[in-house]
Amino acid sequence: MTAPEYLTYRFAGHDEFCLSFGSDRARRILIIPPLFDEMNRMRSVLVTSMRDLAGRGVGSVLIDLPGCNESLALLEKQGLNSWREAVTACATQLAVTHIASMRGAALIDNSCADLPHWRLAPVKGASLLKTMIRTRIAGEKEAGNSTTEAQLLAQAEAAPIELAGNMLGANMVAQLAVAEPVTHANFVERKLGEDIVGSPLWLRAEPQDDANFAANIAADLDHWSASCGG
Amino acid sequence: MPFIADETENTIRELLIDVLGVAPATVAAMTDDTPLFGALPELDSMAVAGLLTEMEDRLDIMIDDDDVDGDLFESFGSLVAFAKAKVGPQG
Repeated sequence: MTAPEYLTYRFAGHDEFCLSFGSDRARRILIIPPLFDEMNRMRSVLVTSMRDLAGRGVGSVLIDLPGCNESLALLEKQGLNSWREAVTACATQLAVTHIASMRGAALIDNSCADLPHWRLAPVKGASLLKTMIRTRIAGEKEAGNSTTEAQLLAQAEAAPIELAGNMLGANMVAQLAVAEPVTHANFVERKLGEDIVGSPLWLRAEPQDDANFAANIAADLDHWSASCGG
Repeated sequence: MPFIADETENTIRELLIDVLGVAPATVAAMTDDTPLFGALPELDSMAVAGLLTEMEDRLDIMIDDDDVDGDLFESFGSLVAFAKAKVGPQG
């Protein structure tokens, strides 16, 4: 079994971590995970896919976005623009050959237009934001308080706001509200249930695992990356 | 148009499987009277937030949070009725 490696990339004064397998392989896929809570729900499946890819002779790198996971940067200072720049820095410094993104990662994956891109179930920023706002409103209601989406958005303009456990700054909230996945020539999109069979674990309130889904992602990434770039 | 009505109901069944992780057999056995909130441990306020957003995306509807109260998730029937009313007369 290929051992995990811990790589770093330099961004905005911090060394940000990446989990990697097979960094010496000819094909090295940068995996950008879903955003916010969805990232945690998919991490186990993604790491299983990365181990599977290593067994197939394909290297992979799972990025820690600034402010997320092991990062020491402040989440409230981040926006989709800084995350997009971090992806570019990581892709360049670690010399990846392909980029794979899931869900909200499709909002920040479009800076390295020369590399082949793969996307699974891309989502609009507004949907992610709305779910987090609803979670906050539900939490307030349980605490006996009443608030509205409009009030929360107004608060977010003045100061960072806590939404579903994430401290989000004005930039992030404003950018999420309007961000949509941008396509370019060098990319493919995979639909869950049609192109790749698996459970949409990113939606699950209770974390779960799906070994078949992980294997299907790895098989598709292997075939796709062999057919282009690298 | 019963076919389209069933489409909405099927979408709700898929949502319960996809968002809550409820076993497909359990969801297939649900009827209008099957209780949801309080009866399904998977259905808490966090899950409701995700459920509403996915309902909007998959049914192409907008849900005003003022429309959302405890009654909506009381039973499978109440949730489907809410979704059909939002989808419109043809739903």
